Amino acid sequence: MSDDANAFQTALALILGRDPDLIGIVALSLQVSLSAVLIAALIALPLGAALALWRFPGRGAVIVILNALMGLPPVVAGLAVYLLLSRAGPLGEFGLLFTPGAMVIAQVILVLPIIAALTRQQVEELHGDYREQLTSMGVTLARRIPTLLWDARFGLTTVMLAGFGRASAEVGAVMIVGGNIDGVTRVMTTAIVLETSKGNLPLALGLGIVLLGLVALVNAAAHLVGETARRRLG
Amino acid sequence: MKTAGLTLVAIGLTGLSLGASAQDETPFITLASTTSTEASGLFDAIIPQFTEDTGIDVRVVAVGTGQAFEIARRGDADSLLVHDTVGEERFVEAGYGTERADVMVNDFVLIGPGGDPAGISEAESVAEALSRIAEAEAPFASRGDDSGTNRAELRLWDAAGVEPGGEWYRELGSGMGPTLNTAAGMDAYVMSDRATWVAFDNRQDLALLFEGDEALFNQYGSILISEERHPHLKHDLAEQWHAWLLSEEGQQAIADFTVKGQQLFFPNARSD
Repeated sequence: MSDDANAFQTALALILGRDPDLIGIVALSLQVSLSAVLIAALIALPLGAALALWRFPGRGAVIVILNALMGLPPVVAGLAVYLLLSRAGPLGEFGLLFTPGAMVIAQVILVLPIIAALTRQQVEELHGDYREQLTSMGVTLARRIPTLLWDARFGLTTVMLAGFGRASAEVGAVMIVGGNIDGVTRVMTTAIVLETSKGNLPLALGLGIVLLGLVALVNAAAHLVGETARRRLG
Repeated sequence: MKTAGLTLVAIGLTGLSLGASAQDETPFITLASTTSTEASGLFDAIIPQFTEDTGIDVRVVAVGTGQAFEIARRGDADSLLVHDTVGEERFVEAGYGTERADVMVNDFVLIGPGGDPAGISEAESVAEALSRIAEAEAPFASRGDDSGTNRAELRLWDAAGVEPGGEWYRELGSGMGPTLNTAAGMDAYVMSDRATWVAFDNRQDLALLFEGDEALFNQYGSILISEERHPHLKHDLAEQWHAWLLSEEGQQAIADFTVKGQQLFFPNARSD
């Protein structure tokens, strides 16, 4: 049990000590994962809504594939992005490998299916309630997308948070495409892996507690914004 | 497919510009190296000195030797510092590298449960120690990840005339640190480089049981990557790093690095 007590002490010392290295790592973690969620949401929200409304042959297969991609192992996504961005790969000339940009790309691939699949499901349920009304008003499918997304916004906040949770918790992809370079691509999860491999378990667990606190803060902020908006707009 | 690729690049560049504000314009090289050098803290000690001497930063990607070779082969690192002399020479012969030089040595040690059920601490040689483990069928945790340490371990089994396998021989497929963590958890014997062992904190019942045989000698080499094959790499900067490692300053910096009062790497610069 002494290890656990140690970890909490270490976590507290890390937070109170405001170590510049740790602040850099925390900032990069937030930057990478939040950018990934924002970019993924820009693509996945309209995509999910379109999939909910539009009937076409093979739609069932697309939904199954999208749902299955929610379980894409991060290390596989990382490997695919590595091969793509490697100098010997098709996009190698951009020199993105081992940069935060590469980490954002890998996390977008991980987060996008989650947001798209859950959006599809939420919007489809909502559309069931509104379909007759919207049809009688003669609203086209394309025009319904923004309306339905706006109406589902509170549920979709949770969807985005699920995406953020996936992005900030994964280590397999960022390890491969970022390389865990000190001060450049080291984020919370890769730092935890490194400390574990040094056998420095209290510090590794302490970093884990800090990461959990960070995710809780982001969730609390989203909750607060959501509640305020709900009260204002009714 | 093409547009999807460009979208990805645009995303990456957006992410990059987000991250770029934190970085200044210091020139840098990317070095592919092994986990043992990173985890022991060697790079934290010597790279700042190199940066002070030359104004060049070194970004270390620490992976297993097998993966380090692969990264360098694909042109994703400017320089290579690993410990698998046979593999390094093959790498240069295949035309991926232009020059290889000895930089430093450390050694491997055999670690095991403090009670030493196989009695390897009384062995005369590493071959005898390994034979005793195999005879006793005492649990042995192998890296099993095609790293330099893993390759060296397999060569030692071979030299001892033992074909490792069976219930007692466990291939973990992990780095040195995770393998030590696992060995500590299951009271297994394990071969580690001395640097990782000395810097390792989660020992539980593990102890150093066998050391000192010349066969456990572990040579590190620095390799310059072929300009012909990968013209985009920062060859000028990488050459400065390579030369510095072999210079008096670099060799002294390596010798001065200690963990818990122990020198872990012994400089022995020599070009092939």
